[in-house]
This record gives sequence, C-alpha cells and structure tokens, in this order.
Amino acid sequence: MEVPILKQGHYLIASIQSALSDNDLVQLRDSLVEQVGRQRSRGVIVDVTALDVMDSFATRTIRDITYMIRLRGAETVIVGIQPDVAFTMVQLGLKLEGVPTALDLEEGIAFLNKSAGPAGKDKNARGK
Amino acid sequence: MPVENEPKSAGRLVETSPASLENREKVIDETVVEIKNDLDIIAARQKGRALAGALEFSPSELTLIATTISELARNIVLYAKRGEVTLRWIERGGLRGIMVRASDRGPGIEDVHRVLQGGYSTSRSLGLGLSGVKRLMDEFEIDSKPGSGTRVTVRKWVKR
Repeated sequence: MEVPILKQGHYLIASIQSALSDNDLVQLRDSLVEQVGRQRSRGVIVDVTALDVMDSFATRTIRDITYMIRLRGAETVIVGIQPDVAFTMVQLGLKLEGVPTALDLEEGIAFLNKSAGPAGKDKNARGK
Repeated sequence: MPVENEPKSAGRLVETSPASLENREKVIDETVVEIKNDLDIIAARQKGRALAGALEFSPSELTLIATTISELARNIVLYAKRGEVTLRWIERGGLRGIMVRASDRGPGIEDVHRVLQGGYSTSRSLGLGLSGVKRLMDEFEIDSKPGSGTRVTVRKWVKR
C-alpha cells in the first residue's frame, strides 16, 4: 500500500494509513528523498499514528529516511508513535537516535517551524 | 489500529508432539501461516495479534507479541526465503498463552550463542531480532543446524 505524500508550503507530509510491508517502507524512503529535492522542501513529517508495529526493519528504515533527508538539506520529524509501540521499542532495544519525534502533526509542524530554517518565518509555514 | 478479523476458533484439540515441554501442553487452536515474502510477515503478525487478543493479553502485550512475530517471520524471509509461522493457543498447568514457532529449511545458524548475544547480524537485519525476542517472551527455544534449517519457538503466558 502506497503512502500518500502531501505538500504543504515548504513541508512534505507522509501520512501512513495502514500496516506497511518492507517494500512499502523502502518505497516511501525513496520517494521522500526524491520529492524533497523536486519540491524544494525544507522539512518532512512522517506520521506513524496508524502503525501498530514498529519492528527492527521499520525502525531502521525510519532512521534511514531521516538521515538521508538531512543529507539532502532538509529536516524530518516523526510524529504519532503510539504508547504501546513506544513500550515495545524500548523493550526490544530499538533506538531512533538522532531522529526528532513529536507527539502529533501539530507538534511536528511547530517543531519544523523552529528548526527547518527560514521556512519558519515565511507565510507558508506560519508558526504559533 | 488495523487488525485483521479472524473467524472465531473452532476450539479443536490437537495432539502435541512429544518434544520438550510440549507433551505437557494442550493445544486449543492452531494456525499456520506460510511465509514467502514481506506481505506474509504482515499476515502472520495480524493473525498472531488476533489470537493474542482472543487470549486476552493486555494491549501492550499484543504489540509485543505482534512485533515478535514480525521479527521471527522476517528472519525466515531474509535468511531462508521461505518457511512457516505456527501460532497456537496453548494451556499448561493452569496457564494459558500463545506459542509462536518460526520454522524453515534454510541455511541454519552457525553460532546460536553469538546470535543470542545480540548485535550480531550476517544479513541486512539489525541483529537485534533474536536476542530482543528472547528478552520479550516467557520461554524461548531455538533449534538450528547449519544446512538443515532453523526452528525458533517462543511462548508467552497470560498473567493472572
């Protein structure tokens, strides 16, 4: 199942709708890395609210997305990790080191407005 | 949360094989999921979550169990290409729980102890898989011979 990527001002929002296969995750990674250049985006939000499992592969791919997008000059924030998913990740020893996270979409946008450079000051990315 | 709807179990009683702890174990229900690709990983963990839900595990335990199944099924796809995941509703000595068994006829594991120490990986997985799974479950058995495949069996009991 493909993940829809929405463009909102200087940001891209990838909103995961259901369980993703390994191939879906890799496809999401590649299209975000490509689109961040095509759309000249400054920030990316990956919304994982709908994910009921974040195993080692998902965790690693999310981390890869963040690092690759950073190398492309933009900032990523992961939003919506569910309490039980957070619990399991900690139990399994799965880490998202160097990956910014926020509670939900609203907090994710607020984070990017502060951290994703000049985008925070223009009309397309009005902060609070 | 997207969980597959499973038909209610028929509650049939299956005789267990006389190996290790299994001869003292009643099998109330069994589902076998064939694993050939990454989509089967999702199918296996959704079926496992549904079974664990029927067993009345807590929500965070459901996530633990689904994640465990995901790791075990992925090991099959990565190392053996194909195999199967068996999910059982089990009872033993007044306890009820879930048994998850991942079996394949793949290359097997050369050094089981090293794999269980964690941080070990021969392929593109994180190497956290088996050691992490061992930590999450109540019982963990691994049976592997180089050249003839791997069988990992885990059990988790419902807390009373």
